[in-house]
Amino acid sequence: MTGTVFDTLREHEFFADLSDEDIGILSACATPAAFAAGQVIFREGGPADACYLILRGDVALEVTTPGRGAHVVQTLHGGDILGWSWLFPPRRWMFDAQALTDTAAIRLDARCLRAAIDADHEFGYQLLQRFSQVMTARLQAARLQLMDVYGAP
Amino acid sequence: MALPDPLIAPLVPAWWPVRSVRRELADTVTLEIEPPPGGLVFEPGQFTMLSAFGIGEIPISISGDPGAPHALVQTIRSVGPVSSALTALRPGDRIGVRGPFGNGWPLEDARGADVLVVAGGIGLAPLRPVLYTILTDRDAYGRVSLLYGARSPSGLLYLDEIRGWMAGLDIDVLLTVDRGEPGWHGSVGVVTDLIRRASFEPAGTTAFVCGPEIMMRFTKQALESAGVDEERIAVSMERNMACGVGLCGHCQFGPFFVCKDGPVFRCSDMVELCWLKEV
Ligand SMILES: Cc1cc2nc3c(=O)[nH]c(=O)nc-3n(C[C@H](O)[C@H](O)[C@H](O)COP(=O)(O)OP(=O)(O)OC[C@H]3O[C@@H](n4cnc5c(N)ncnc54)[C@H](O)[C@@H]3O)c2cc1C
Ligand code: FES
Repeated sequence: MTGTVFDTLREHEFFADLSDEDIGILSACATPAAFAAGQVIFREGGPADACYLILRGDVALEVTTPGRGAHVVQTLHGGDILGWSWLFPPRRWMFDAQALTDTAAIRLDARCLRAAIDADHEFGYQLLQRFSQVMTARLQAARLQLMDVYGAP
Repeated sequence: MALPDPLIAPLVPAWWPVRSVRRELADTVTLEIEPPPGGLVFEPGQFTMLSAFGIGEIPISISGDPGAPHALVQTIRSVGPVSSALTALRPGDRIGVRGPFGNGWPLEDARGADVLVVAGGIGLAPLRPVLYTILTDRDAYGRVSLLYGARSPSGLLYLDEIRGWMAGLDIDVLLTVDRGEPGWHGSVGVVTDLIRRASFEPAGTTAFVCGPEIMMRFTKQALESAGVDEERIAVSMERNMACGVGLCGHCQFGPFFVCKDGPVFRCSDMVELCWLKEV
């Protein structure tokens, strides 16, 4: 199983240019995960104990507001990274995540990742650099959404 | 680029009957206008100046099929006095038409390679003729993807037609909305997110982009990051217009007159311009 996970991480765009050694460290924290359509992956406020590399399927990030129900703020798809709340205190999920379709993912255990980062700062730098890029892209996308560019003139 | 002679004197509108009106969205309709026998030949990307009697005249892109010149099809979103009057027209009413004006999308450049059609909101209207043209000569192109974003599901234009394209194999369609609505099971996020989900070989890919200017700026950046050559990214610009034929200067944008030199520009031709806030 580890071989498969290693290969999947190795081939993934997000981890391109990481050394085989770093992929090995990641693999030690990784397990395959599957979610059926409709299944909740995590809930807002719960402990952010993992992040997920979505391989196939679609996942909705939702916020629930009283009286308005669940509101999808973004959908993620094959190739996307789900979750970075594990990186920073208070390490709690900011959104609900729910599989919209049958979804296959690699689960990266947060405690294991943080221990690896503490033990090997170069690995940590490489990893955080990649997560920063995802966060920047999401921030830019969120700003564009907020601008409401298609809205009434 | 040689354009067909306008059927009408460029500065005097001809008054043609509206054949049918189709409500697309709460604020948007598609008019089918009846040109005289012989039809109105146009290139995808061209626009006409449409007038509502006694109110005014505005530029509107042609959104119909270039292969069916006997119907002039235009999709109009009501945002102000003239567009509101035009969207209130009924079958049988007369509408003032000048044109077609402007250049077209560089479809010739797109032949033989992959094509990305990236539209935001009403920006799909000027791009629909591109899709019709590609579909009539489908084998001349590589993979063709339509990446379409709107504010919400109820802001997506031509949904019936899009569903038809989704059911076929000729065009890969990816849709997204900024805000979901109950019953929407598709993507939520910005249109630029769709670029990395589309299948295309960046080298040689031609991208046709139309939507609000901010959306086009971000799309251009995302396309370039994905490896698409800026020479192969074409955008359609909007500026206020009066004459529509390069005489009055109303639509000036740097060294260009959008009505005559555009509305379609390659990003490489307006590197500094395209992405400045205002000129
Ligand atoms: C080449 C070209 C092609 C176009 N094609 C289409 C088309 O296919 N369908 C379509 O609906 N429109 C199209 N437009 C835009 C259309 O011309 C304008 O919406 C129209 O001029 C508005 O005129 P109005 O008198 O109704 O409103 P105005 O009184 O001129 O404007 C009312 C309000 O709307 C704002 N506004 C004006 N134009 C726009 C705009 N383009 N986008 C957002 N807000 C605007 C104004 O700032 C103002 O606040 C095109 C414009 C150009 C230059
Ligand atoms: S509108 Fe008159 S020059 Fe372009």
